[in-house]
Amino acid sequence: MKWRNRWIFLGLVPFVLMVVAFQFAPILSMITGSVRAEDGSGLTLSYYARVLQSAFYLKAIKNSLLISISSSIIGIIVGLICAYSITRFSPRIRNRLLMLSNMTSNFSGVPLAFSYIILLGNNGVFTLLFKQWGWNVFGDFNLYSWTGLILVYVYFQIPLALLLLYPSFYGIRDQWKEAASLLGANKWQFWTTIGIPVLTPAVFGTLGILFANAMGAYATAYALVGGNYNLLAVQIGSLVSGDVVNEPQLGNVLAVILALSTLLAVYLNHKMTQRSQMFNSNSASRQVRKRRTLRRPWATTVKEEL
Amino acid sequence: METRVRKTGLTHKLLMFVLMIYLLIPLLATFLYAFAKEWQTTVLPERWTVGWFSEMFQDIRFLDALWTSLYLCSISVALSLVIMLPAVFIITVYLPKWESFMKGIVVLPYAVPGVVAAVGLIRAYSSGPIEIAGTAYILIGAYFIVILPYMYQGIHNSLLTVSAVELLGSAELLGATRIKAFVSVILPNIWPGVMTSTLLSFSVLFGEFVLTNMLVGGHIQTIQVYLYQRVGESGHLASAIAISYFIFILVLSMILMKLGKRMNRGIEG
Repeated sequence: MKWRNRWIFLGLVPFVLMVVAFQFAPILSMITGSVRAEDGSGLTLSYYARVLQSAFYLKAIKNSLLISISSSIIGIIVGLICAYSITRFSPRIRNRLLMLSNMTSNFSGVPLAFSYIILLGNNGVFTLLFKQWGWNVFGDFNLYSWTGLILVYVYFQIPLALLLLYPSFYGIRDQWKEAASLLGANKWQFWTTIGIPVLTPAVFGTLGILFANAMGAYATAYALVGGNYNLLAVQIGSLVSGDVVNEPQLGNVLAVILALSTLLAVYLNHKMTQRSQMFNSNSASRQVRKRRTLRRPWATTVKEEL
Repeated sequence: METRVRKTGLTHKLLMFVLMIYLLIPLLATFLYAFAKEWQTTVLPERWTVGWFSEMFQDIRFLDALWTSLYLCSISVALSLVIMLPAVFIITVYLPKWESFMKGIVVLPYAVPGVVAAVGLIRAYSSGPIEIAGTAYILIGAYFIVILPYMYQGIHNSLLTVSAVELLGSAELLGATRIKAFVSVILPNIWPGVMTSTLLSFSVLFGEFVLTNMLVGGHIQTIQVYLYQRVGESGHLASAIAISYFIFILVLSMILMKLGKRMNRGIEG
């Protein structure tokens, strides 16, 4: 780059300003807020100590972790089975199925919680219908509890898992199977020695995304249970926006904890993506993938539950 | 291959059928609820009406919220376009070494959930030199970060697909200035891809609830905040709103798909 063309980098200034102002400044402010004493002098870890000694906040962390881990694991199991199943269909139907599943992933947050309330809430259609028919399957089911939350979380995890896992199933070429069977491997041997090792990084990477997604999910939980269920994201919201007692410092601490967990999960995804690129590292297949992502831009963009 | 498809077909068909039912039932229920006059103890509603929709469109608060949403999302996406287009262009063409660093920055909004971002934003801007907490400015800034990954990826990928560096080289060889080359050669070529990420960003922002509710919930009502407030009042009206919102998003993604196809054809043809 010749010196006289340096002025072109002025085009980067607004971008850098925006990212610093709205991405880095808030993160920095949150971290300093969690360690600064209330009178504004010196550093303190007393807020962390308070959170870690409070049974209430520990419970919130535990609930969030449990709900995120269980919904991610259920999501990934269903996603794996369905992703495999989808590869067995003809391309036309396969695209339709993926499109439908992708479409439902737009249905999240407040509208999703709301539609579950219509279906299974206290006066929900199914609840009343089953009561009238005398079915007792949902007898002690409560949508506004742990089971209800899991049910709704799994609903938004499955399309995401499917979307993220499907490409790796697609990456297992039929030629590989043919080659393996030519060399005398049976189906079981193919999957244990080739299929599963190839899929493993994708599975753990997807698990990371699903976990981060569930940990950060606020809208669904907030619309469904409000303040009635002790979840990390909901607690942060009420501490900061002042629904209850206004204690922003504790909110900062909880937010740092939540951010650490999601960062870790996304980092896991990053590492796993690198590893799975090992399997298709030759440039030809990368070219193919690039084309494929172009062909379906709507299918490859992952929209997270916000 | 053919025989295997037929042989394993039934189990897989059943499985996919169950999955689709599971995924579509909440949508379907909301749809029926929006058109139902009464729906208590029957499989399907007994009487139908479009009254909820007409009530919705007569509600001033709904129209206000819709207008606010459209207005805020358009401003944020436009701002993002104006800032991101030159920035991504410069990084992709002149600073390819920075790309891995950029990837890190772009993935951050994914890793930092909305509720965490809101905590930081409120603390950073409720006092001090820039006091914009609770105003539309802080929301537009937050929205800019939310759509950063989509915009960056979209523009970056389009630039790579049209081989921007080579295009630029040829344009300059033919005597175009740098700005002219960008505006009249690069920009028209990447436009379909840019449109795609613009629409995608728009639909993401349209569905945003956490940041909006936490940052400006008391002062500014977007369609999501309005829906949240309506859920407790009238179930039927709320489903009418939810369904209209969903159809709007669906139309957007349909346009997205068409654009994606056209862009692809443009490259191949």
